[in-house]
Amino acid sequence: MSYQAKLKVWRGDDDGGGLDDYTVEVNEGEVVLDIIHRLQAEQAPDLAVRWNCKAGKCGSCSAEINGRPRLLCMTRMSTFGEADTITITPLRTFPVIRDLVTDVSFNYEKAREIPAFAPPKDLQPGEYRMAQIDVERSQEFRKCIECFLCQNVCHVVRDHEENKKEFAGPRFLMRIAELSMHPLDTLDRRDSAQEDFGLGYCNITKCCTEVCPEHIKITDNALIPMKERVVDRKYDPVVWLGNKLFRRK
Amino acid sequence: MTVEVERHTYDVVVIGAGGSGLRAVIEARERGLKVAVVSKSLFGKAHTVMAEGGCAAAMRNVNTKDSWQVHFGDTMRGGKFLNNWRMAELHAQEAPDRVWELETYGALFDRTKDGRISQRNFGGHTYPRLAHVGDRTGLEIIRTLQQKIVSLQQEDKAELGDYEARIKVFHECSITELILDGAGGEKRVAGAFGYWRETGKFILFEAPAVVLATGGIGKSFKVSSNSWEYTGDGHALALRAGSALINMEFIQFHPTGMVWPLSVKGILVTEGVRGDGGVLKNSEGKRFMFNYIPSVFKGQYAETEEEADQWLKDNDSARRTPDLLPRDEVARAINTEVKAGRGTPHGGVYLDIATRMTPEEIKRRLPSMYHQFMELAEVDITKDEMEVGPTCHYVMGGIEVDPDTGAAATPGLFAAGECSGGMHGSNRLGGNSLSDLLVFGRRAGLGAADYVRALSSRPKVSEESVESAAELALQPFKGPQGQAKPENPYTLHADLQQTMNDLVGIIRTDEEIRQALAKIDEYKVRYKNVESDGKRAFNPGWHLAIDMRNMLLVSECVAKAALARTESRGGHTRDDHPAMDPEWRRTLLVCRATNDDVVPEVSVTKEVQPPMREDLLEVFEVEELGKYFTDEELAQHPGRRTQ
Repeated sequence: MSYQAKLKVWRGDDDGGGLDDYTVEVNEGEVVLDIIHRLQAEQAPDLAVRWNCKAGKCGSCSAEINGRPRLLCMTRMSTFGEADTITITPLRTFPVIRDLVTDVSFNYEKAREIPAFAPPKDLQPGEYRMAQIDVERSQEFRKCIECFLCQNVCHVVRDHEENKKEFAGPRFLMRIAELSMHPLDTLDRRDSAQEDFGLGYCNITKCCTEVCPEHIKITDNALIPMKERVVDRKYDPVVWLGNKLFRRK
Repeated sequence: MTVEVERHTYDVVVIGAGGSGLRAVIEARERGLKVAVVSKSLFGKAHTVMAEGGCAAAMRNVNTKDSWQVHFGDTMRGGKFLNNWRMAELHAQEAPDRVWELETYGALFDRTKDGRISQRNFGGHTYPRLAHVGDRTGLEIIRTLQQKIVSLQQEDKAELGDYEARIKVFHECSITELILDGAGGEKRVAGAFGYWRETGKFILFEAPAVVLATGGIGKSFKVSSNSWEYTGDGHALALRAGSALINMEFIQFHPTGMVWPLSVKGILVTEGVRGDGGVLKNSEGKRFMFNYIPSVFKGQYAETEEEADQWLKDNDSARRTPDLLPRDEVARAINTEVKAGRGTPHGGVYLDIATRMTPEEIKRRLPSMYHQFMELAEVDITKDEMEVGPTCHYVMGGIEVDPDTGAAATPGLFAAGECSGGMHGSNRLGGNSLSDLLVFGRRAGLGAADYVRALSSRPKVSEESVESAAELALQPFKGPQGQAKPENPYTLHADLQQTMNDLVGIIRTDEEIRQALAKIDEYKVRYKNVESDGKRAFNPGWHLAIDMRNMLLVSECVAKAALARTESRGGHTRDDHPAMDPEWRRTLLVCRATNDDVVPEVSVTKEVQPPMREDLLEVFEVEELGKYFTDEELAQHPGRRTQ
């Protein structure tokens, strides 16, 4: 049942590093994170890796396995052949701290810039009424476990450090869509989505949707509808005329 | 030695960024205080995300017969009346407001037809009571609190020009020591010392109040639904600071963890599966829970499959299914079935939802369970049964606190959530954890704020205490003294987990607990020789070596309390003392550290539980109380006085 798997794991820090070869035992039913843990316990006690729940719920153990952004805890070893060499590297879009751990502070900075939920001021706690069908759209986006795999894979910022300032990335554009579709949110978020958070950079290649471990349809259900809302506002002739006449900002 | 330490000054330091920690932060900040929140993991990754089924609150959205009194009663029954009744009272009264408040922060719970928050059935709850979002309620709550903190930071930025003017998150930062100031007699909290996981560099918080919100201790057990963070840090910090722990013998084994494949053994399968109609079956295909209704619950649960299924359709026309007995009862029943040879090939029982609901309905109501079994076990739960068995899930025991303020015995120290004790008695009902976090997180934040405001002078952190904390934290790099063999922290951890699992697990005996205690003594000796390789930057081997200190201390508390309690109740089952004893109901076992060793010795003493207030006693029929209380305690109950 068990076999010896060949692993290449990136070891190093912000000064540089490289792939180290390891041979580690694998048992039936195990996931890549189990193998990393065995490696830590038996051969490399200081191997740095983030993980928490080991059940695909917290989004901590994001890395790249054979170049694909994945959660280490949700990638079964049985998806590889026993003779395959498995290469595990840190997320490429974020600066390396050590080994498989990267500095994801970019994401927390973006999260902090998005204007918070703004309910009607006179609505008291306990008085909120919303239909299930109306909350479901935003609920899909709230399934997000913030693993940042979508942020990592997005070509707008992957290998394009210069775009990070202007572009919030799929996770946070989806957050704007989520708030925008919240039945009780009172802010108009369309201008800021485009101007402050770079929605226009997204050219809907759907890479984010492909890597989402929660199977959220980020592109189809969040980004495209958000783009449509922006377009409606920007190019609707009545809105355009109104803006001209009344100089609304 | 002069150590390099980054220093910060705050009014309140909250250790732990799960539900209770974040709710405490919000409260202390709303009272105008400057708050630091410190967490071992990234912000938003807390163990709260693992809570699936829901958050219990008697909002009466689905059944208007519900009330805080009924919720209070259910909570006391679930805990076999060992609960701190004042905590259970506050919890039941305040939970609805805490849930409604989350909606104002942006939470999106599932809805009823008339647009209110939907509520689902759960084990031990008389009426549908759990606010939920599919089977990912904990994620919704942690994200909501996280986003509320961000919104407060945005307000502070607008007012003061700095996001971090009042709240700063120190994530991937571990606290190793609380610093006390003994000037003027009584020792009180002066700060907290720790290290950044990323760099290994030291950090010191000078603060007069610390709120412990560190969660549980499950990582001391082999089969556990808990993450690496659950090393009992808050429990151990409180003990070493001179506060006490209560109820440490009570550990909840969640009845339904995955049992296969081995690598995922212990991962939680939400009680929501049973709440929504899923049933437990043995290898003969029999719904066995009807055989396990204990005498204290006789008459409250359905006795036939027809009645149980009728209850699912209409709660008011039948009694509830015994698949939804409190967790301790279900876990023991599963254990007995497996021991009797009626288990599944992998040593669990079957949990069937496939024959009870359409595939579409399963995917809508239990999306993450569908996902989890599909991806980790290659089982399609819309077609096949799940294999499940008990897994270490929650510790009822924790820091003894004042119910109203969350204050521990040490001045300036507060605790909330899983690391505090009393609220759940000997067994926690599902759904009462998320509500506990919100109710008592808020109260601890409030308690800490009031404490700080009332101070006439700020305590001081001495240089010696900082130096000795730093020295201790670096000890694992020095390795063993003299000729002793270096100890691998991973090996020591695995040995402790095996011991706790095998000898202080779901069923206990005097002899086995004594064996466990002897082993823990051995591990404490081995711990002195623990050695970490490598450098200080993000070094998991070193982090584990530091956490082991807490796990050893807390494990000793569990084992010693389990040895002392010679009865069976809730999350403590003694094979050699199988009955529940009313004298033990009003007895709490209190653990204290008795010396200043690196891993201190633990004493266990008996304390009398304060008698329940009369109006609360009257929530129950005297016949029911008679199953739990001594005659002497019930002499004044109106049901007895009229006889």
